[in-house]
Amino acid sequence: MKPFNTQRRDLIKGAGAIGALGAVAFTGGCATVGGAAKPKVVVVGGGFGGATAAKYIAMWSEGKINVTLVERGDQFVSCPMSNLVVGGSKNLGEISVAYGGLDKYGVRRVKGEAVGFDATKKTLSLADGTALPYDRLVLSPGIDFMYESLPGLATGEAKNRVLAAWKAGPETVALRNQLTAMKDGGVYAIHIPKAPYRCPPGPYERACQVAWYFQQAKPKSKVLILDANEDVVSKKGLFTKAWNGQYKGIIEYRNNQEIQDVDARTLSLKMSFGDDVKADVLNVLPPMRAGNIAAMNGLNNSNKRWCQVDWLTYESTAVPGVHILGDALQIAPAMPKSGHMANQHGKVCAAAIVELLTGGNVNQTPLVANTCYSFIDDKNVVHVASVHRYDAAQKTMVAIAGSGGLSAEQNALEGVYANSWARNIWADMLT
Amino acid sequence: MNLLKPAALIAALGATVAIAQTSPAVADKNLARNLAATCANCHGTNGKSVAEVPSLAGVPANVTIQKMKDYRDGKLPATIMHQLAKGLTDEQTALVADYFAKQPK
Repeated sequence: MKPFNTQRRDLIKGAGAIGALGAVAFTGGCATVGGAAKPKVVVVGGGFGGATAAKYIAMWSEGKINVTLVERGDQFVSCPMSNLVVGGSKNLGEISVAYGGLDKYGVRRVKGEAVGFDATKKTLSLADGTALPYDRLVLSPGIDFMYESLPGLATGEAKNRVLAAWKAGPETVALRNQLTAMKDGGVYAIHIPKAPYRCPPGPYERACQVAWYFQQAKPKSKVLILDANEDVVSKKGLFTKAWNGQYKGIIEYRNNQEIQDVDARTLSLKMSFGDDVKADVLNVLPPMRAGNIAAMNGLNNSNKRWCQVDWLTYESTAVPGVHILGDALQIAPAMPKSGHMANQHGKVCAAAIVELLTGGNVNQTPLVANTCYSFIDDKNVVHVASVHRYDAAQKTMVAIAGSGGLSAEQNALEGVYANSWARNIWADMLT
Repeated sequence: MNLLKPAALIAALGATVAIAQTSPAVADKNLARNLAATCANCHGTNGKSVAEVPSLAGVPANVTIQKMKDYRDGKLPATIMHQLAKGLTDEQTALVADYFAKQPK
């Protein structure tokens, strides 16, 4: 590795870098075998950030960079749209996409669990003992839960009884099954942690989806939103209009509902103030932090919870050569933790890495946008959108004044666009 | 008037590149591509949509520029594009429109 790295650094210095690097690249032969002469990027996590970065690095480098994607799952399951599985208007298969579409870009796929990395030797370690060498490492680790704050959920049994279902997959279906098994007249309660957490409007959308299901199938049942925040975190006017409108008498919203613990046996919440709250289906979103691979390896340099990056390259400010994307980041002002945003992170990072590894110059004026749709029922949708630019003086991303906004009201046309959005963003990541 | 802007910008970039090969302006060869990539979430990779939202690939630049202007000015009804269009400058809009115009349909 050492001679190669030295060589690469020297190459980057001169104007002849591109030509010389091209020559080196051609001696590497087939991209899929070894490819020792080409720079190597290893991407961990095949979600909105990681899959996008892997595809775009491969596509934009036109084969000049070897890209490996490490993912533990068999297929991508989308968190956006997963509340429709909870509500029953979609199934898990409809929100899942295979990883095979990345093959045509030359992305090498490795199924496995990344557990650590050596920033000096520049290798990523997998749980099975494999070490993957890299020149640049990209981590898109998503979130993990701070269960240490909720001792009542320490056991696997407790976690299965009081689901988070905040990573789409089997838990999404398990929560759906709890709802279908619940007797009519029961209460579904969802607890929302203090922001920041993954997908700000997601819990409110989920409450709407459960209420929609109850309307169809269990009209005597109730939805209780217990929010640790002072107020509705996202799309407040649009959600409260639905709760006071079509879901009046079904959804009840309570703010400032901090919890001390969860009793999984009795399905009750021990509140910081007031009586315990009991439910028939209890859904607790524990406080969240950067995913384990980042949190366990010193990258969580913001309050030991989230990861700070250089917004031009997404390179960690803690460990050089390691880039971080998506929900694991200490967000810039007004930047949500969303799949759409992670996809945008992935492209800015991909462009920067291609420049860094092929002797170009990193874009100094990156732009990212966010579009977030929430389903009120099975067809009507509301959105929030924003556009953010890099501010060189503040060295962060800032929302562009006058841009962005919310839906005027829920509508079915945006339901069509939301489904279209899902198909296009999944394709943008994976096909 | 808008149509003249990309040409002027490219000329300006060319001059900068000629003066200093290692200046940040070199990165601008990919600026249009990078900006256009922010549209791909909804309009498809390189502007080729696989769903109801329209493709931008192969759309003449003047058409896209005019639409973006009309979204910004409220002349074209929209659910979301009037809000997103306001996030791009005229120069950025022109770069994006030109990039998509060159993409295969």
